[in-house]
Amino acid sequence: MAEYNYNLKMSVQRGSGEDISMVNYEVEVDSKMVVLDALHKIQTDEAPDLSIRWNCKAGKCGSCSAEINGKPKLLCMSKLSDFSETEVMVVKPMHTFPLIKDLVTDVSWNYLVNKKIKPFSPPDNFKDDPKMMQQEVDRVQEFRKCIECFLCQDVCHVLRSHQRFDVFAGPRFMVRLASLEMHPLDTEDRIPEIKNVFGSGLCNITKCCTEVCPESIPITDEAIIPLKERVVDRYYDPLKWIVRKIFG
Amino acid sequence: MSEEKLIHKEYDVLVIGAGGTGLRAAIAAAQDKELKIGIISKTLLGKAHTVMAEGGVAGSFGNVNPNDNWKVHFRDTFKGSYWHGNWRLAKILVDEAPERILELERWGAVWDRTPEGKILQRNFGGHAYPRLAHIGDRTGLELIRTLEEHIIHEDNIDLNMETTITKLLVKDNKILGAFGFDRVTGQLIVFKAKTVIMATGGLGKLFTITSNSWEGTGDGYSLAFEAGAELIDMEFIQFHPTGMAYPPNVAGTLVTEGVRGEGAYLKNSEGERFMFNYIPEKFSKDYADTEEEANRWLEGDENARKPPELLTRDVVAAAIRSEVAAGRGSPHGAAWLDIACVRDADYIKKKLPSMYHQMKTLSKLDITKEAFEVAPTAHHAMGGMRYKWDTNETNISGLYAAGEAAGGVHGGNRLGGNALADIIVFGKRAGDAAAIAAKTKSFEDIPQNLIDEAIEVTLAPFKEENTENPYLLHEELRDMMTVEYGFSTEESLTKAKKILEEMKVRASKCGTSGDRAYNPGWDQALSMKHVVQVALLTIESSLMRKESRGGHARGDYLETDTSIQDILYVQKRGPNGEIVVHEEILEPVSEELLKVLAEFKDDGYQYHGKK
Repeated sequence: MAEYNYNLKMSVQRGSGEDISMVNYEVEVDSKMVVLDALHKIQTDEAPDLSIRWNCKAGKCGSCSAEINGKPKLLCMSKLSDFSETEVMVVKPMHTFPLIKDLVTDVSWNYLVNKKIKPFSPPDNFKDDPKMMQQEVDRVQEFRKCIECFLCQDVCHVLRSHQRFDVFAGPRFMVRLASLEMHPLDTEDRIPEIKNVFGSGLCNITKCCTEVCPESIPITDEAIIPLKERVVDRYYDPLKWIVRKIFG
Repeated sequence: MSEEKLIHKEYDVLVIGAGGTGLRAAIAAAQDKELKIGIISKTLLGKAHTVMAEGGVAGSFGNVNPNDNWKVHFRDTFKGSYWHGNWRLAKILVDEAPERILELERWGAVWDRTPEGKILQRNFGGHAYPRLAHIGDRTGLELIRTLEEHIIHEDNIDLNMETTITKLLVKDNKILGAFGFDRVTGQLIVFKAKTVIMATGGLGKLFTITSNSWEGTGDGYSLAFEAGAELIDMEFIQFHPTGMAYPPNVAGTLVTEGVRGEGAYLKNSEGERFMFNYIPEKFSKDYADTEEEANRWLEGDENARKPPELLTRDVVAAAIRSEVAAGRGSPHGAAWLDIACVRDADYIKKKLPSMYHQMKTLSKLDITKEAFEVAPTAHHAMGGMRYKWDTNETNISGLYAAGEAAGGVHGGNRLGGNALADIIVFGKRAGDAAAIAAKTKSFEDIPQNLIDEAIEVTLAPFKEENTENPYLLHEELRDMMTVEYGFSTEESLTKAKKILEEMKVRASKCGTSGDRAYNPGWDQALSMKHVVQVALLTIESSLMRKESRGGHARGDYLETDTSIQDILYVQKRGPNGEIVVHEEILEPVSEELLKVLAEFKDDGYQYHGKK
């Protein structure tokens, strides 16, 4: 197997608050390593206090989200062999969330949004007869693959460029809302909140979120667009609007 | 020391750990709305090592094979433990697992379904019938996400994310709270608590090749030992037979047993399906000895016996090691695992999506087309804190333990799927019991000397004289343990003990640079103390047990010795921090359960070694 060593030049964002700079490192690596390995090497050899959030190193926990050469990625799933050996690799924290230090950001806003979503509400008789068919849950299971890496939130223009944190839940939570809205046994009416609280209308379908999803969840096509359609059906269907006006 | 600014927090129940056990315990305790519950998480919510569990959670619904029931699950679990598990705990496990699994479904978990719309169950090693409820191969993620989505709506639960505990505060054998720091800000925190639950997980990071994530440094065992808690069965460590063997930087990452559950088989470098040569006598009645019979089983023939790839994990891991030792290993010292020759591409992608994705991304391999290399990887600690079977309380008043941090349920070897069952069953029980106990207790003042000691321990890595590199020391320890524990003879274990005594001194001198805010070097330096202590506990009890049994394999005592089956090595801290071991005898199995076991007398091997 072709494993070979070379020196990788890395430029890593360090610091917090106003005191931020790009620091250059030269790291001896081999081509089979991932970017997180190279950063760990920096920790071991030069900078024990280099802040990185990571955990499983297998693409399952979604902790090590960052931006490599400007692209949102999981550090643990980014193989060095997919990058140039000679150019400087630039590693920065996610842009959309407040910086804590070095490569670590404060993602607590996401937990606050999640809390606003009403829990799954099965029917009263669910306990006695918990039956669902596989084809009914296929799409819901696809949504539940999400590892909450928040890369989709990071790349979403509504959040990244326009900071509409107050009115838009972001792709991650559109996916979660879709997993509840399309659950065969959920009894909650979620459409009004999807429109009014979570801001489904703000997404302009550029599909950037879908592109960065490490789990390849078809976020835009399968979650956001169907939710938008359901909202349109409810609120903007002219026939239904007339019926509602007349009958309340 | 008194000039240190401390944050003070108070909880009726403090849960240390936010994996499946900790979250389930917190939810249970929080049902009493008068109580305030605190959770300590080393990571962000929903990131704990539980997400790495893949294959499923065991519960004897009998949805796929109606012959399944609690009795078969109990027999499988107790037999799988090499008759060394605590039968009372095994009985609780099998009794309560189904209801805990259904409860998760009511909370929003979406299990795979049978054609009739019931929860689908899959085959796993050591389980007589398809028993594991699952969601593809990401069951742990589903479990933790479901608990997370439940917990955010419990208003009396307070989450302390990215927080490290450095000391349990114990006085007169009674828990008073814990001391730690917020990693984000670096602020020191005193947690005052009426009861504390240890849900601190495992110790995979003692070894180079492990399936465990960053947190698996054994903090809980070490903190509890330091506080005077008793530990049992620390010699039993499960090596999962199929970790990724290549490339080196991801070696150890788990390849779920579900792959074999779906029919994949193991081959050596000569293309031979070698597991037929490794069926132990005690399992000979349950496993097919020809490929023809194994194939019939896969096609659903009820009269056929199971393929030997589904033997218990210790057996499969040992078989792979033997093949490699005999010179029949793959290029990277491993065995080949092949699912492509058994199932078509669509089926594999549907049932094993995260394996497909993981191998494609990390190894650039397509498992729907080719075989891949697998080798044993440190996976699960069967041992841990000893607790009372009915309350989950340890020998320290008010200190509870559950999940991988605790010992007793799985004895000498744990069956796949029983860990996720363990964490939801005993997580809940610990939470219930700790909540009830908290109602009868009041907060107590924490003596200043305990707090001063905790500050000293916590801030030691910033002292100028502490210059040992904790990252390198950890690498050194893991390499050493991989060799010496892996070899496991009187000589190698004694050597390991001696090296660890030296490392203990070096661990106390680990340092970091920079300031306190989000400083991973600080955390790494502190965890080295735990890693060394837990390695010492493991080595000490491995020296005591002069036999091979389940996850404990001695190179100089290859046979299982029935005469010490019921002997428990109990470890506790001596007055000078040394490990003191005493022997105890396991409680004999009740008359009622002996009758249950007797129903399975067609087995080649029975309780107490009777044929």
